[in-house]
Amino acid sequence: MNKKLENIKKYTVSKPLKLDCGKTINNFPLAYETYGKLNENKDNAILVFHALTGDQFVAGTNLITNKEGWWVTAVGPGKAIDTNKYFVICANVIGGCMGSLGPKEINPENNKPYGLDFPVITIKDMVKAQESLLDHLGINKLLCATGGSMGGMQLLQFCATFPDKTFSAIPIACSSSHSAQNIALNELARQAIMADPVWDNGKYVLKNVQPKNGLAVARMVGHISYLSEKGMQEKFGRKLQEKADYEFSFNADFQVESYLRHQGFAFVERFDANSVLYITRAMDYFDLSKQFKGGLTEAFKNQKTKFLVISFSSDWLYTTKENKDIVIALNASGADVSYSEIISDKGHDSFLLNEPEFLKTLKGFIDSMYGKFKNEKRI
Amino acid sequence: MENLKMKKEFKVIAELLSKNTRVLDVGCGDGSLMALLKKDKNIEVRGLELNQDKVQQCINKGLPVIQGNAETELHQFPNQSFDYVILSQTLQAFYNPEKVLKELLRVGKSVVISIPNFGFWKVRTKLLFFGKMPVTKTLPNTWYNTPNLHMCTIKDLFNFCDEKNIKIKKVIGVNENKTSLIKKSNLEIKNLFSKLGIFLVG
Repeated sequence: MNKKLENIKKYTVSKPLKLDCGKTINNFPLAYETYGKLNENKDNAILVFHALTGDQFVAGTNLITNKEGWWVTAVGPGKAIDTNKYFVICANVIGGCMGSLGPKEINPENNKPYGLDFPVITIKDMVKAQESLLDHLGINKLLCATGGSMGGMQLLQFCATFPDKTFSAIPIACSSSHSAQNIALNELARQAIMADPVWDNGKYVLKNVQPKNGLAVARMVGHISYLSEKGMQEKFGRKLQEKADYEFSFNADFQVESYLRHQGFAFVERFDANSVLYITRAMDYFDLSKQFKGGLTEAFKNQKTKFLVISFSSDWLYTTKENKDIVIALNASGADVSYSEIISDKGHDSFLLNEPEFLKTLKGFIDSMYGKFKNEKRI
Repeated sequence: MENLKMKKEFKVIAELLSKNTRVLDVGCGDGSLMALLKKDKNIEVRGLELNQDKVQQCINKGLPVIQGNAETELHQFPNQSFDYVILSQTLQAFYNPEKVLKELLRVGKSVVISIPNFGFWKVRTKLLFFGKMPVTKTLPNTWYNTPNLHMCTIKDLFNFCDEKNIKIKKVIGVNENKTSLIKKSNLEIKNLFSKLGIFLVG
């Protein structure tokens, strides 16, 4: 896996980045991928922010896992975010494990992987690192920026911190501050990892092993929260896994158990346990109202960016109400905002799935924004 | 035919509004009125619409729209944040029109309300001569599937505003392509001959 990692696109951020925790990082790698072509006017660039377990491989094939990109339903030639027309950029967040600076990378101070010596990062730190990539790519202003879940949180931060960097923004299934329930679920994931003896205070990285059991359980927790009660019942019900009756054991009798185990152990192959700790922490610390003393309305003051907020009816992780609160704040600050609630049984995961109404809305908005952005540039 | 009539109503509404203002169109449908106001009057428009398909049509046109129910979700707009709030032919469909109207007056400095006039002579005669709930071009539904819970006449709304101390700035009656100014002095006759009443209040 490490060999393949050498082949991915990386940009070295030379500008020192002062992190929220007080430490400064510089000359650090930011791994990214691009799709489509930047046009001559440089007005067709779309930045995608990835979610907790995502990476820079939005579309096409993931170079490392050889699986499909995580958002192939929405991004690609002829898709809602059409790479024949638009130049799509996605960077791996710092703290991640797909080539950007993260806890499994080598600490230049002692030539060993960071482990828990890696500084605690925030959503704002992630966003600042990615902003410097835009400079590197020669993009002054994006046509659009989008992201779901933690990607949406990064996007809100991006708009608040860099109000002139994107013409339009589509935060999807996200929140302006992590709720108690979300913090609790993240804590469950972290505790699962830290309870695995292999984790060894994050020092497993020195021994070239992974706390697989803990990490798998962490992923299972996440997976349950991405589905809905109804969706889960419809998909699995009480169906048994390739057997006629109960085994009277603790093996995976039920399909839903088997599914979770599979998801958990597949995840271990591609993700770093310490990265989960760092990224979930960043999500928990996220509170845009706290950053801007006057509250959320203050965060969006003087926004020229045109917003489309999207939520999904069965999402209980980032609820319609939380998404609406973003809309209310944008309205209160006088911003140009649209909002749509997509009816779906598929829970939080809906934004990654083939949900026609969602994809149509996404496409309609981006295409109309492209027309407007070109006009604005002409004037 | 329906389209032409719609356009007449929208034209009248557009003429009522000043240029370069901020407008919220409650129940904005596919955004036709918003598009007209933006184009002809350089008005900064926002829409509120419940129906998913219509929300999508607005988004496709690049018109800002919020999916939601006017009955429960006007609270999200700050006090006096719009120069005008428009409510086109939906006041009668709310459970509590009085509450909605109050909210509209809170959000907008002025409010434009249009209503299908239940006092129009054809409506009256249908009930009088046939003893049936009227079904007309402006009121196309039958009694059991109509969304209109609180039908009223131009006179009713006129009196209502008086009673509630809501300042009436202008009332226009529309019949096909003809429009006329409605005042207290000609209320009876206009209430009989207007298909649609358009009120500017607040």
